[in-house]
Amino acid sequence: MTASQTPAPADPTAAAALPADLQDERLIASQGFGGWASATWGRIRSGDLGSLPVVVGLVIIWAVFYALNPAFISSRNLVNLTLQMVPIGVLAIGVVLVLLLGEIDLSIGSMYGLSGAVLVVLFVNQGMSVWVAVIAALAAGAVVGLVYGLLFNRFGVPSFVITLAGLLVLLGLQIRTLGKDGTVNLPFESSLVQFASQKFLPHWLAYTLAVVVPLVYLLARLRTNQRRTSAGLSAAPVVALAVRAALLAVALVVITYLLQRDRGLSYMVVLFVVLVVVMDLAVRRTTWGRSVLAIGGNVEAARRAGIKVKRVYLSVFVLCSTFAALGGILGAARLASANQSSGGADTNLNAIAAAVIGGTSLFGGRGSAYSALLGILVIYSISNGLALLSVSADVRYVVTGAVLLLAVVIDSLSRRSRAAHGRA
Amino acid sequence: MTTTTPAPVLSMTGVSKRFGAVQALKDIEFHVGAGEVVALVGDNGAGKSTLVKAIAGVYTPDEGDVTFDGSHVEITTPAQAQALGIATVFQDLALCDNLDVVGNLFLGNEVLRGRALDEVTMEQESWRLLRELSAKIPSVRIPVASLSGGQRQTVAIARSLLGAPKVVMLDEPTAALGVAQTAEVLNLVERLREKGLGVILISHNMSDVMAVADRVAVLRLGRNNGDFRVADTNSQEIIAAITGATTNAVTARAARRAPQEEQS
Repeated sequence: MTASQTPAPADPTAAAALPADLQDERLIASQGFGGWASATWGRIRSGDLGSLPVVVGLVIIWAVFYALNPAFISSRNLVNLTLQMVPIGVLAIGVVLVLLLGEIDLSIGSMYGLSGAVLVVLFVNQGMSVWVAVIAALAAGAVVGLVYGLLFNRFGVPSFVITLAGLLVLLGLQIRTLGKDGTVNLPFESSLVQFASQKFLPHWLAYTLAVVVPLVYLLARLRTNQRRTSAGLSAAPVVALAVRAALLAVALVVITYLLQRDRGLSYMVVLFVVLVVVMDLAVRRTTWGRSVLAIGGNVEAARRAGIKVKRVYLSVFVLCSTFAALGGILGAARLASANQSSGGADTNLNAIAAAVIGGTSLFGGRGSAYSALLGILVIYSISNGLALLSVSADVRYVVTGAVLLLAVVIDSLSRRSRAAHGRA
Repeated sequence: MTTTTPAPVLSMTGVSKRFGAVQALKDIEFHVGAGEVVALVGDNGAGKSTLVKAIAGVYTPDEGDVTFDGSHVEITTPAQAQALGIATVFQDLALCDNLDVVGNLFLGNEVLRGRALDEVTMEQESWRLLRELSAKIPSVRIPVASLSGGQRQTVAIARSLLGAPKVVMLDEPTAALGVAQTAEVLNLVERLREKGLGVILISHNMSDVMAVADRVAVLRLGRNNGDFRVADTNSQEIIAAITGATTNAVTARAARRAPQEEQS
């Protein structure tokens, strides 16, 4: 980049008045708010849906359950919903990361169970401090991910097979760790259990956040605008940004109001949302995230571009297993116990389904951390709503499966439409 | 067409490479000057790829001298070739379809602002680079998957220019491209020449070679088989050199005599 300091050659034509990225005469000029709105609509019509299908799906699901049983939208139930979804939601963040690489981790459920087992055995049976137990459980996750990554890099075995083997190994370790009893209860007054079920944001803080977050978003976007303008690039119309920030603020205030009528926003939920936002920034705004997306798109191109591909694989496997371990800790803390069946049954598939329903592609290179949040909301809305209607587990599995299938079909259709409209 | 031969940026003399019993390259002479487009042609198995890989640092020659920019060098790794200022655009381009143009241009070479990616600077720099090549890309914020073949080639070439190279090697840049897109890429090659870069163009397409190259180096069965100035030659002569028709004594004699008779 030796030449980067030379200023852009002055354009002799009148086109110089236009921002550098809008000078091509083939571009349909879309300036101002109207242009932005019509461009957005055109993007949606051509199949570049983003998270729109999930949001629409979520609204439909909520409307249906509200019609069947108004208690669904009651504050009490919504607070329960937010608490229920967090442990598996944290798993889903890790799943999003491996899916972005075009890989998979099938052992997250077992890792969830193992980490819960390590936590309760060290904390309750061995009497260690809660911090030591938490760190040991997280470290167990990191080590498992490290082993996966090393096996993957060294032998080139598909991650599908490695983690399938890992699923069994970790399940064995979980049962061995818990020992004869099979179930260990956490004392209800321990800080961990309190954190997961009793700690809620005070009213003033919740409302302040609901207003401050959109403001921060708006200010950050305005600063980017300023930098783009001074760099001779087009800037997003201020009105559009303001509308978006306002919509975000309204949504957050409504959610906060609904939740605060009951217990409110749990610290654990805040932790989950913060993790989602941090991972989203890491994927979109850092060199590491760009490498992850590049590898998911074309490993060979990434390797030739000088990206240390093996290191990225290793980091993602470690992160995914560590998120699974964190999910296990939060799950054990929320239920105040860990047993041999923690992380069993549908834990694995719910987490993977959440990432896919949220819009992360199974084929790598496409998706965002927000799909963990949206997807887990869909899955738990369904299971919570059906539980309210006293529908048994059999129906719940069928409905969740159907929604997963629908999400994948929408993804495939929008992919085809994107290809047809030159946005693949 | 310039009449003076530019001082060579890259020159190779007596380069040989064996793979077991196969003599892939034997005593090759090759050079490219600043602001010169040299086409490297030859039939399949003539040793083009081996020579390209020797220049790009993928293979190390068994014998021979390589001089780059006036000093003697030994190119042993691709990274070293890149550090010297030899950029290679391989035939399969190696772009990430899911990333946008900016992402692909700066892949592995991102500009940072603090710890985050500096998208504004990268986008600005992308436009500067693409304008410099007079590239026809409507937006740098669309995924590369939606670009045409010529536009993808443009992105790959633009990316090779990021490290400010002195020599650019293009492997079959017009293969599988349409008429207009081929012309676009040829324009690009001329733009590189105007920037004073040495361009090595590997191609099977004789009309492209005649249209854009200053000089044509022919390889046949791992040896030099002629070095023609495009201004003084024609496709027939080059094709004869590629296929080996000139190795026949009669045709060689006829070829030698023809220009003399024209002059007299």
